[in-house]
Amino acid sequence: MAKVNIRNEIRFILNGRDVVLSSVAPDATLLDWLRLARSLRGTKEGCAEGDCGACTVLVGRLSAGRLVYESVNACIRFLGSLDGTHVVTVEHLRGQPGQLHPVQQAMVDFHGSQCGFCTPGFVMSLYGLWMKSPDPSNAAIEKALQGNLCRCTGYEAIMRAAHAISSYGKAGKDPLAVERKAITARLEALRDGARVEIGSARARLIVPANVDDFATVLDQEPGATIVAGATDVGLWVTKHMRDISPAVFIGNLDGLCTIAEDKGVISIGAGVTYTEAFSTLSKRIPALGPLFDRIGGEQVRNMGTIGGNIANGSPIGDTPPPLIALGARLTLRKGKKRRTIPLETFFIAYGKQDRQPGEFVEAVHVPVPAKGEKFAVYKITKRRDEDITAALGAFFLTLAKDGTVADVRIAYGGMAATPKRASFVEKALLGKPWTEETVEAAMAQYGRDFTPLTDMRASAEYRALAARNLLLRFFAETSGTRAPFQVSRNEAA
Amino acid sequence: MNKHATSNLKAEKIVGGVATDQRHDSAHKHVSGTAVYIDDMPEPSGTLHGCLGLSAAAHATITRMDLSAVRAASGVVDVLTAKDVPGENDISPTGRHDEPVLADGKVEFFGQPIFCVIAETREQARRATRLAKVEYKELPFVTDIGELDPKKDKLVTPPLTLKRGDAAAAIKAAPRRLKGKMRVGGQEHFYLEGHIAMAVPGEDQDVTIYSSTQHPSEVQHMVSHALGVPSNAITVEIRRMGGGFGGKETQGNQFAALAAIAAKKHHRAVKIRPDRDDDMIATGKRHDFLVDYEVGFDDEGNILGVDFMFAARCGFSSDLSGPVTDRALFHCDNTYFWPTVHAQSAPLYTNTVSNTAFRGFGGPQGMVGAERVIDEVAFAVGKDPLEIRKTNFYGTSDRNITPYHQTVEDNIIQRIVAELEESASYARRRREISAFNANSRFIKRGLALTPVKFGISFTATHYNQAGALVHVYTDGSVHLNHGGTEMGQGLYLKVAQVVAEEFQIDLDQVKITATTTGKVPNTSATAASSGSDLNGMAAQNGARQIKDRLTDFAAEKYQVPRDQVLFLPNRVRIGNQEIAFADLVKQAYMARIQLSAAGFYKTPKIHWNRDKGEGRPFYYFAYGASCSEVSVDTLTGEYVVERTDILHETGRSLNRAIDLGQIEGGFIQGMGWLTTEELWWDGKGRLRTHAPSTYKIPLASDRPKIFNVTLADWPEAGEPTIHRSKAVGEPPFPLGMSVLHALSDAVASVADHRICPRLDAPATPERVLMTIERLKGEAKD
Repeated sequence: MAKVNIRNEIRFILNGRDVVLSSVAPDATLLDWLRLARSLRGTKEGCAEGDCGACTVLVGRLSAGRLVYESVNACIRFLGSLDGTHVVTVEHLRGQPGQLHPVQQAMVDFHGSQCGFCTPGFVMSLYGLWMKSPDPSNAAIEKALQGNLCRCTGYEAIMRAAHAISSYGKAGKDPLAVERKAITARLEALRDGARVEIGSARARLIVPANVDDFATVLDQEPGATIVAGATDVGLWVTKHMRDISPAVFIGNLDGLCTIAEDKGVISIGAGVTYTEAFSTLSKRIPALGPLFDRIGGEQVRNMGTIGGNIANGSPIGDTPPPLIALGARLTLRKGKKRRTIPLETFFIAYGKQDRQPGEFVEAVHVPVPAKGEKFAVYKITKRRDEDITAALGAFFLTLAKDGTVADVRIAYGGMAATPKRASFVEKALLGKPWTEETVEAAMAQYGRDFTPLTDMRASAEYRALAARNLLLRFFAETSGTRAPFQVSRNEAA
Repeated sequence: MNKHATSNLKAEKIVGGVATDQRHDSAHKHVSGTAVYIDDMPEPSGTLHGCLGLSAAAHATITRMDLSAVRAASGVVDVLTAKDVPGENDISPTGRHDEPVLADGKVEFFGQPIFCVIAETREQARRATRLAKVEYKELPFVTDIGELDPKKDKLVTPPLTLKRGDAAAAIKAAPRRLKGKMRVGGQEHFYLEGHIAMAVPGEDQDVTIYSSTQHPSEVQHMVSHALGVPSNAITVEIRRMGGGFGGKETQGNQFAALAAIAAKKHHRAVKIRPDRDDDMIATGKRHDFLVDYEVGFDDEGNILGVDFMFAARCGFSSDLSGPVTDRALFHCDNTYFWPTVHAQSAPLYTNTVSNTAFRGFGGPQGMVGAERVIDEVAFAVGKDPLEIRKTNFYGTSDRNITPYHQTVEDNIIQRIVAELEESASYARRRREISAFNANSRFIKRGLALTPVKFGISFTATHYNQAGALVHVYTDGSVHLNHGGTEMGQGLYLKVAQVVAEEFQIDLDQVKITATTTGKVPNTSATAASSGSDLNGMAAQNGARQIKDRLTDFAAEKYQVPRDQVLFLPNRVRIGNQEIAFADLVKQAYMARIQLSAAGFYKTPKIHWNRDKGEGRPFYYFAYGASCSEVSVDTLTGEYVVERTDILHETGRSLNRAIDLGQIEGGFIQGMGWLTTEELWWDGKGRLRTHAPSTYKIPLASDRPKIFNVTLADWPEAGEPTIHRSKAVGEPPFPLGMSVLHALSDAVASVADHRICPRLDAPATPERVLMTIERLKGEAKD
C-alpha cells in the first residue's frame, strides 16, 4: 500500500476566508463552532437533529472534480467532516452593493418571514435551489424546503418569494457562480492526498486519505465510529451525548462515491448520498424516485448515504426493504479482503448486522428490474414528507406467461426488528394466478409474517392493517384497475 | 432608521400610515441573519449556562437525590435545587401556588424540573445533568383523561357552567336527540426559537432578564417572588421572540427565575436555553379535550337544545387552565344559536406537563365540539352539513344571545359563508366529488365548509388594559415603546403605523424599541389576539397627548385658533403657513413643552360575572370561513389537501399584508393541530413525541395544492377599535377545521354518507384508516 502522508489539521474555506483548525473534537458540530467560536449567529439552532432546517448552510465540495453546493444541517454536520470544502453561511450572501441578495429581497418583498427565526435557513435552502434551478416548479421548491420548518407563515408567502427570486437577479451573476473557478482552484489546492488525524486518546478524529487508507485505518481501529453523512451519528452526539471517538469521517472519499451500472446491476458506493443516487436510480428504477423524495429533507438527502442507511441496521431505514425486494447484494470489506452477500442476510437481529470488527460496507449492488418485472415501494408516514417510516412495503413480482406468479419478493420496514421479507405472504402468492382472490388469500398471511409494535409513529393494529392493504394497492397498480391508487402531492405542481 | 433629510414635506400621504401594506419592520434583518434573538446577543464575559434536570417518573416521591457526580463534573459551578430558591418556590401565574420552580421532594409528571445545573458552558451543563442519581418511590399516576370522571375526579381549578334556558327539558322534548363523545388532541407550539432566558445581575437586589416571553410583566413578578425582592428590582426585556403562539405566555417563567437565582447567587450572567427535547417535555401545550355532547333537534335539523361537557387534560397544575377551559365553553356555540344550552368544563388534574395557552386558548376546542354536533345532526337528518350550519347560524336581530348571555351585535357570518360558498363553487364541487367517488375504488374525496366566530378580549377583564411610552425628540424623530411583545405577528409594525398616522410622519421616523418592564409597567400578556387593539390604542393615546400639547403651543405661538393647527404629512399647517413637523417640535422644545407621554387604554363596555355565567366578556367578534377539499386513500388513511378557500375579515385592516400572513399561517397551524400533530405518551407517562423527528408540524408540501385566501374588504369593526380594525392573531386558527371535516366527509363516503364518521382529532392517517374500517363494519351491520 502506498505510504500516506498525515496532516494534523483540517482546512476549509468559511465564506471568503481560509480556515485551518488543528484542535477539533471528533464530536464538534459546525453549528456550535459557527455560533460560539466564530460568533456567526445568523445560523440558528432549532432542533439539533436535522429536522427543522434553521441551521441550514451550504457546503461546496468537489464531486468528480466539479464544485457543487448543497444545503446541509449545520447542527449535525461534524466539523471534522468539512476538510476540503467551502462552507457558506447566511452572512456570506451579498447583492449589489448596499442591497440584499435576490433570495433575501424576494423573501422581504413577499412577506416570507414573520418571527424570522427559521428565515436564514429558508434563505439558504432557497439559495441552494436557485443556484441549480433559477425557475423552479412548485414541486421542486416544496422538495427543496422539505427540511425547513416554519411555524408562522404557513409557507405560502415563502413559496411566492421562491418563485420571484429570478426577477431580482440572475443566478449566473451570483457571487458564488462568478467565483466558482477561483473557489474550485482553492479547494483543489487543499486536496493534498493526506490523511487527517487530530487529537489523541479519548478525542480523536481521522479523515482517511482514500478508500484503501480507510480500510487500513479501520483495521487498526476496529472500534472506531464510521461517519458518512452523520444524519444518524449526529444525533448520537447532539441528543445522547455519546462518545464517538475515534471518529472516521468517510463522507468525502471519492472511491466510495461512485455509482455505475454494469450488466443490469447498479453498484452504489457506500458514500453515495441520496441526492447523488437519485438521478440514476429514479431513471433506471422509477419506483425509487418518489421514495427517495420522501427520505428526510433535502439537507438530509444531501448528507445521508445509502451505505449508512444499510450499515446502521435500523428496522425503519427506507432503502433496505426495496433493495432486498430487488435482490440487492452487499459488498463488505476488511483490509484488502472483500465478501459479497445477499443484502437480506446482512440484517441478523435488532442492532445486530453481519459486519465484523474492522469491516465496512463498501458497496451495494442493485439489479435493475427487467422488462415485465414489476416493482413498487410504498412508504407510510404520519406526515407525508420528511417523516420517519411507520411501515414501508416493497414488492417485486414476475408473472409467468399464464398469468401466475413466477417470482415474488416482498420486504417490509417498520414491521419487525429488522427489514424483513414477508415469506408466508410470498408463499401464498407463488404459483397462483395474479388475481384479487389470490391477493386476498395472501393478505390473510400477514399475521404469520409480522407482529408489529405500537409506538409514537403508529399502533400495531394500524401497521398490520396498512401493511396488508399495500399488497392490494400493488395488485391494483399491476392489474389494470382504474387509477388513482394513491393520493399524490405533485400532480398540481 | 431615521432618514429625516428625506422626509417629503409636500407629500399628500405619509409613507407607512394605517391601512397600508407594510413589510415586517425586521424583515431585512430576518433574511440576513442580523435580527438578534436572545441567544444571539453577545454574552457578558463569564456568562454561566444552566441545564434543567428532569424527573424520570410520572408521579413519585423522591427518596434520594445524589448530585455529587453532577457537582464534580467538569465545568460545573453549582447545582440548584428547591432549597436554593431564596423567595417563594412557586411560579403559578394565577396565584394558586401549585407550580414549583423546582420540584421539592415530589414529582407530578415525567419531565418535571427537579434541579438545575449551572456550568461554565452549556455543553458542560448538559453533560453533567445526566450524572444525577435520583431514586423515586412511584405513586399511581394518570395521563389520559379518558380514564377520569369529569364530575368526580380532581380538578386543578374551579370549573365553569354556562346555561341559558332549560337544555335538558328541550332535549328531552325534542323530536330527535342523540349523544356522542369526541376526542380532540393537544398541540405542541413548536416555536422555532425555544425558550431562553439570560439574567444579568446588577447592584443591590437588581437583575435584568432577557427573556423570550410574551408576558414580561409576569416574568418580572415571578422572578421577584422567587428571589424574594420587590418588583422594582427586576427588569425584563424582550426585543423579539422566534415565535410564541401562547407557548411563551407563562412558560418562560421557570427559565427566567432559575437564571435570575443563579445570577444573583454567583454574581455572573446566567443563560438557560433548554434543548428542543427538554423544551417540549418540560413546557406546557394546548389542552386536549374529551367532549361529551347531547343534542335535541327536529327533522329539519333545527337544533333545540345542547348539553356539553368539556373535560380537559390540564396537567399537574392550574397554570392558565381556568381561563382556557372557560374559553372552550365561550366557543361551544361557534357561529350557532343554541336555543337552550348547558355547558360545563372539567379542568382535570393529570400527571402530565401543565398545559397552557396556545393560539385560540381553548376556543378552537370549543368550536370543534360545536361542529361535531352540527355534523351529527346533518347525518341524522340526511342533509349536507353546510345546510345544517346555515340553518342554525346566529341571527342578526333575533336568535343572537350566546350561552353566556352576551348579545351578538356584529354578526356577518351569513354573508361571509354565502360569498365563500359562491367563490369556492361549493355546490358544483359537491356534485363533482360525488361523481368522482362513485368511480374511484380506493381514493375518496371529501369537501367541507366551516365557519368561525371568535370572541375578542381577555376574559379576565382586568387584562384588557395597555400602556405605551412615546417620546418625540428635538429632531422630530419618535421613540415608541409599549407593553406588547413581538413574536413575528407584526405588532411592533402595526403600532408604529398607528403612531406615524397620528403624528402624520413617515413610518421610518418612528423607532420601534424592545419591550421592557422599565418603560411601560404592569402590562398584560401579548395574547388573546389583543396586541394591536390594546397597544395600538395606548400608543395612539400617548401620541395624541403630545399632539395636543403641540397644537396648544402652535395656536398660542402663532396666534391662531386651535382648529387651524393641522397635522399634514411630515408638516404642520398653522393658519396660512406650513412648517416641518421637526421644526415645530424644535420650537416646542425651546418653549419647554413636554414631548413625552405615557399613553393608556382600557377596553370599554366589557364585564363578566363568572359565578353567574353572565356578562359581556367580549368587546366584539371576528369572523371567517374556510372550505377544503381532500383526497383520502382508503387503504392506508393517507391524504392530501387538494384545495382550500378562505374568506376572513379583520375589520378595516391596519396592514393587509401582515393580516394575510396571519390568516395563511393560522390556517396551516390549525390544520396541523387537527391532522398530523399528535402528542403521544407511553405507559410510563413519558411524552415520546418531543422533537420534530417524532412530532410532525405541517411542511410546505402539506399546504393545500390550491390555496385561495381572501381578506374580506367590506367589514369594519362595529366598535371604535383602533382605526376600526379587528384582531387577527387567533381567529384564523380554527379555519383549519374545514380540513378535519373534509376528511370526515371523505371517510363518510365509504358508508354512503349514512353514518356520521365521528372522526376524532388529530386525524392522522392512522385515525382516518381506523375510522374507515369502523364505518365499513357499521355499514355491514
